Amino acid sequence: MIRIKEETADRWGYLGKKELLSSKPVLAVMVVMSMVAVAAFTVGLDGTFTGYRHVYAVTRQIPWGLLISGYIFCVVTSTGLCLVSSIGHVFGYEPYMPIAKRAVFLSIAFMLGGFSIIFFDVENPFRMPIYNVLSPNLTSNMWWMGTLYGLYLLALGIEYYFLLEQNHGMSRFSGLLGVLFGVAAHSNLGAVFGMLHGREFWYGPYMPIYFIVSAMMSGGAAIIFFTCIAAMINPDILNRRMERAIKAVCQLTIMLIAIIMFFTVWKIISGLVAPEKYIAIKAFITGPYALTFWIAEIGLGMVLPFILLIRSKGVHYKHMFVASAMMMIGIFFMRYNLVLAGQIVPVYHGLHVEEYSSLLKYFPSFHEIAVVVGGVFLAGILFLVGEKILNGHQFQKHEIVPPGAFICPGCGGIHYRKEGETDEEALQRHHRIRKFKG
Amino acid sequence: MKLDKIDLDNLQEEKSSLITGLERRTFLKMGLVISGVFAGGRILAVVSNVSEAFASTTDFVKKYPYKPHYSMVVRQGLCIDCERCMKACKETNEVPDYGYRTRIMKKVVTDAVGRQREFIPILCNHCNEPPCCRGCPTKATYKDKKNGIVMMDSKKCIGCKMCILACPYDARYFNEERHAIDKCNFCYDTRLSKGEKLTACANACPTGARMFGDISDPDNVVFKMVHQIEKQVWVLRPEAGSKPNVFYMKATRSSPWDLRRQADVR
Repeated sequence: MIRIKEETADRWGYLGKKELLSSKPVLAVMVVMSMVAVAAFTVGLDGTFTGYRHVYAVTRQIPWGLLISGYIFCVVTSTGLCLVSSIGHVFGYEPYMPIAKRAVFLSIAFMLGGFSIIFFDVENPFRMPIYNVLSPNLTSNMWWMGTLYGLYLLALGIEYYFLLEQNHGMSRFSGLLGVLFGVAAHSNLGAVFGMLHGREFWYGPYMPIYFIVSAMMSGGAAIIFFTCIAAMINPDILNRRMERAIKAVCQLTIMLIAIIMFFTVWKIISGLVAPEKYIAIKAFITGPYALTFWIAEIGLGMVLPFILLIRSKGVHYKHMFVASAMMMIGIFFMRYNLVLAGQIVPVYHGLHVEEYSSLLKYFPSFHEIAVVVGGVFLAGILFLVGEKILNGHQFQKHEIVPPGAFICPGCGGIHYRKEGETDEEALQRHHRIRKFKG
Repeated sequence: MKLDKIDLDNLQEEKSSLITGLERRTFLKMGLVISGVFAGGRILAVVSNVSEAFASTTDFVKKYPYKPHYSMVVRQGLCIDCERCMKACKETNEVPDYGYRTRIMKKVVTDAVGRQREFIPILCNHCNEPPCCRGCPTKATYKDKKNGIVMMDSKKCIGCKMCILACPYDARYFNEERHAIDKCNFCYDTRLSKGEKLTACANACPTGARMFGDISDPDNVVFKMVHQIEKQVWVLRPEAGSKPNVFYMKATRSSPWDLRRQADVR
């Protein structure tokens, strides 16, 4: 067991294990989630030993299914959290700074969740680290993705350590490394798909760019979502700086949704004129996947949250919470659709042979669903644990308040109190912020 | 710049008799290359030349990069769907029931005059630029440096299934017994390395629909089949740019290369 000295614990905001047991509802949720996750991974292990062919619904023609979607969802969220938070603590834009500590922690949590899912997808997971080192193929996007994600996780770990230590110089530097590795790794994940020249739906430079932009959208949604939950657990975390930060993240997310909408529109339009791609696009517009496309990806993932976030003006937390929760679901389906779309058109479709005259079908099996639930829950549990034992990821900051006025921690400007007004009220007046009552 | 004046008034007629036989032949050849008739590579291609039919970039125009450069010619019209090739493959290479290294696809053209169905055998195309080898993170699948066969090193395979997706020919599947991706390797380990001249499928084919050999050898049947201007030769999914080494051509029983069965020594 690692023992943390009292002085270090104070600096880190580390509250210890006792804090975990302090709130019964949170503890109950954690226990339930842990039980589900353990059960899910047991199911996954059963798959590993039984053989994936028997328990997973993937086939020779559709070898990548729900697990890859789940993995992508997790790493996309991780990269997004890292990128959005880096605007503040790496590139120095003040309003984004308060979200950094939670975002980097969540980024690591989601990365671990993603890795646990891919562990169950790869058929020989134990050979992976060995031959990744012994026999690297430098032309393979898969190799680069694995290697860069490894480095990314390392950089995130170092970054988080320095954030805890409140060594902002070093955390900034390792954060920059994290951003570089994150962008490289994540665009490479896009290239894994984008460089498959046998699969027309994915092929092209669009994929890496789309992955990076949608990662940031996903990160924005995740920050809002998890901050709202954190505020339900501990309302203290929604201090003025955080309120300011969430407003900024909300505005950025609105813009990123707009960009992804634009990407999606052009994906459809350009797909309609590409002969092979057209079949896959049609399956999503009017075919068997129309429901997951229009309702889940477009509705829940983009249009409804877009409207809700604009209406929330960055201060109505209930709107933002609902919007970000819908986005988390919508983005999951966005990944699922993307992975599936490239594979439903058989490779020999153009030959007009009987065997491959219709689109291929896939529906995830129980084992696959279990593993993805396990991976996502793992990230969720880590979030709850972090929230409790690390004091809501708040810095122990002592700010100097000049007489008669105070420096706004959000905007950095000097705010003056009206007569009979507290700091809190003055700030809320200055920034037009409404309290969130979870 | 000064242009030479052409004396239009005293222009002499250029008689066709002045053109040499060699010039005529070169010109005709050019036409055949452009129209794609000369071992076309791509059916319906407007511009196609022999280098593309060889499924290779211009680097390989003059010579084939491997020796022997194993290749297969599938004479589509001769396949009768007897599935002896599939059976022979399964027996020779211990292919499990749930997988296959080669199979036969059926194409029905109801409005065709005369014969209305056609069988298309498919297998690993042993591409000159294999997308699977580029995609594999651990070099578990690689192109043999000597004979160009796309091989598997089973112990290195992590089972990420990248190569299955990268393959434009659906030639791969995960083999549980080997704990690795399995695919056709032109029977290299089971037959060719033991001195046999043919793959199991080509050996079993009763109609000679599958012809196997060394395309770099001008005396080989495969070379002779691909390098004839009367016949159209094509590859599957040329748009994938993988430069396959399995060629397809139409053939009937009256075709000049009509060999009912490919003998072991040829």
